[in-house]
Amino acid sequence: MERVPILKIGDILLVSIQLDMSDQTAVQLQEDLAERIVATGCHGVIIDITALDIVDSFVGRMLSTIASISKVLDAETVVVGMRPAVAITLVELGLSLNGIRTALNVERGMELIAAARADELEYQLDDDPDAETATP
Amino acid sequence: MTAGVDLGQPQAQAIRSDEDVVRVRQLVRSVAVAVKLSLVDQTKVVTAASELARNTLVYGGGGSVDVTIVDNGRRKGVQIVFADSGPGIPDLDLALTDGYTTGGGLGLGLSGARRLVDEFQIETSAETGTRITVTKWSR
Repeated sequence: MERVPILKIGDILLVSIQLDMSDQTAVQLQEDLAERIVATGCHGVIIDITALDIVDSFVGRMLSTIASISKVLDAETVVVGMRPAVAITLVELGLSLNGIRTALNVERGMELIAAARADELEYQLDDDPDAETATP
Repeated sequence: MTAGVDLGQPQAQAIRSDEDVVRVRQLVRSVAVAVKLSLVDQTKVVTAASELARNTLVYGGGGSVDVTIVDNGRRKGVQIVFADSGPGIPDLDLALTDGYTTGGGLGLGLSGARRLVDEFQIETSAETGTRITVTKWSR
């Protein structure tokens, strides 16, 4: 079985799917990613599907599951690079990709993750009474 | 174009494993390109084929697929026949309902695949298994 490589770039894990995945490969990717998120402490996952010429219900479900798993592990997932024909087909198929953030390309995906992270940190700071007194 | 594929003849592919589902996608794509389907229509028919091939594997216990170029005099198209000798589909109307599943999936395979093609025929019985024929025409 082939495996999809996971690259670490700074605080982000980047997965660029370059092969026509079998269902088993897709399930393996889910597990590999969960382990890498915990091992690296990364707060963002970018899944680049530029090279995928179809996304069927199985891969669609895998993307949703990855997004949910990462959320539980304190990481944000963004799916980037969906082809127009794939988007049209997904909608007609009836797949809504619930809970998945998307961006047009990797660069925008990274911006999205950075912004989400900044929001979250600010929120935690507001919430913490000690933070107020700590700043002069 | 896939090397060594004679597109004048129906192309057969067994569906026995995950990897075979990938092969079905690749075969359908090569035929869809040969009949000059638009990129969106190629994507739709390959996606439908992927759903139906997976159903053949998961619910039908494996089977086979035949991909043929068809011509109605005005347009060319891709016709794909999925056959298995599994238990059949007891309630077809229910199986064609969005969101209904017995296999733990999303329940979009059969209903979604039907929306993605131009023609969709299904014959199923407990004795003979399930045979699904789909056609996508060039525009």
